[in-house]
Amino acid sequence: MNGTETLGVFAIFFAAAITNNILLTMYLGMCSFLAVSRQVKTAIGLGTAVVFVMTFTSAINWLIYEYLLIPFELEYLTYIVFIIVIAAFVQLVEMIIERVSETLYNALGIFLPLITVNCAILGAALFMIIRKYTLLSAISFSAGSGAGWMLAIIIMAGIRQKMGTSKVPKGLEGAGITLIIAGIMSMAFMGFTGMMNLN
Amino acid sequence: MDFQIVELLQSILIVSGIATVLAILMVIADATIGNYGIMNLLINKEHKHSVEGGKTLLNTLKEEGVFIPSACGGRGSCGLCKCKVTSGGGDYLPTELSFITKEEQKEGIRLSCQIKVKRDFEIEIPEELFNVKEFKAKVASIKDLTHDIKEVRFQLLEPNEISFKPGQFVQVQVPEYEFSNESVYRAYSISSSSTEKGIVELEIRYVNNGICTTYVHKYLKEGDILTLTGPYGEFYLRNTDADIVCVAGGSGMAPIKSILHHIEEQKISRKVTYIFGAQGKRDLFLLDKMKEFEKNIPNFRFVPALSNASPEDNWDGETGKVTEVLAKYLSDGSNTEAYLCGSPGMINAVIEVLKSKGVKEEKIYYDKF
Repeated sequence: MNGTETLGVFAIFFAAAITNNILLTMYLGMCSFLAVSRQVKTAIGLGTAVVFVMTFTSAINWLIYEYLLIPFELEYLTYIVFIIVIAAFVQLVEMIIERVSETLYNALGIFLPLITVNCAILGAALFMIIRKYTLLSAISFSAGSGAGWMLAIIIMAGIRQKMGTSKVPKGLEGAGITLIIAGIMSMAFMGFTGMMNLN
Repeated sequence: MDFQIVELLQSILIVSGIATVLAILMVIADATIGNYGIMNLLINKEHKHSVEGGKTLLNTLKEEGVFIPSACGGRGSCGLCKCKVTSGGGDYLPTELSFITKEEQKEGIRLSCQIKVKRDFEIEIPEELFNVKEFKAKVASIKDLTHDIKEVRFQLLEPNEISFKPGQFVQVQVPEYEFSNESVYRAYSISSSSTEKGIVELEIRYVNNGICTTYVHKYLKEGDILTLTGPYGEFYLRNTDADIVCVAGGSGMAPIKSILHHIEEQKISRKVTYIFGAQGKRDLFLLDKMKEFEKNIPNFRFVPALSNASPEDNWDGETGKVTEVLAKYLSDGSNTEAYLCGSPGMINAVIEVLKSKGVKEEKIYYDKF
């Protein structure tokens, strides 16, 4: 691996986490973002689970895509294969965590079923295909996307915790104000574009 | 043409291949990491059970023949299946916290349908629960008592005898049917005599859109087989010498009837006054049976009271609310035990009257529904 490639891998990580934040620029993974962002503690748990699952499933999916789907010209089956892999992986990880560490299971494991159908996970896997990443870049991209998603949900949870003491107009309580905050956060993140970009 | 078929088969093969590999992985995982082996379960410090680990405490206990009451069947939505875990429970799960108060957490009360047996467990449950069994029962007869209350008699098949204290209840498992796509449990007091061990008789009042009551009133036929679990409950006749006052309304008749059977059979000579509240004459039932009790129980008086008697009722008995009638019949409650069964509103009002008449709070037993 030469110097420029290493730099490229890091650049992809930070671009995926910040300038091309999968949640705030693509609006992927919104449902759990809105539902589980009431407390910073749970947001960290869910965020960690997303980073973990996203990184590993992308790597597995990359291998399956590269060595099974492309040689047999089955690219049109990408979606269904990716979803099956993600669902099975999440299930397995949940069983392992439950067995290995109860603390980890209580902190992380209970969130796993929530992210089986998180579209950000499938989204990251599909982007890495579209952008024709190498395995290393794909891993760094999906880890970055996961980290970005985690960053966004932690910020949101922090804001919502603070908001607990402030007065929200009745009609905007709950999902309404959360979507507005997400919009403002998204605009704030637009300030990063131009620093670096993914394409 | 051939080429297309080969391509089609290839894609089917590959997708099912991936799915199969994953499925096999899951099965292996289930048999290895999902397999927790045999655990020791110690109940009330004396009953030792060796159980297969990995399942919820509620289901594990059920397999061992210990039935903790649960209305939702283990989905964590009713909060009834609480039990005290002294060792092995681990940390509280987020799914438990909405049902367990801070005080209960200090005592180690857990929701048994949520925690899994992954270690040796020690738990404490009320001694009565050991008596709780699951019965297969055949509907022997269904009879209309009033326009909206039916009496259902079950013949117990397997096991064929129940031993319960007069006043306790059983849970009826309603199977899936047209209006409910899952099986549910509902509790009903036993109205038959505790010496009739092969029979469980229930009085079930029709509730609009009630899952179980609709099933019983519109679908249940003689000869049907249902599952009952029981007996449960802290509402039963205490063995003392005090006078007895019973107050009931509607299908609250059931446990009181069972208590009266007991008093009749055991030739108990305590003074018994039974005030039964109803709206109109059409809500009164079992009057002949009550007459018979009045004849056979030396010190028994049945007082039906109508709160909303219409002129056609031609009623010359007591009228007004049960609380007013009770106040009239009970002058000094210092040596009185009270047994109440009815709606929460009625019971709360009756408790106030009883306390004002000098009945001690710990001598008031009730079953709210």
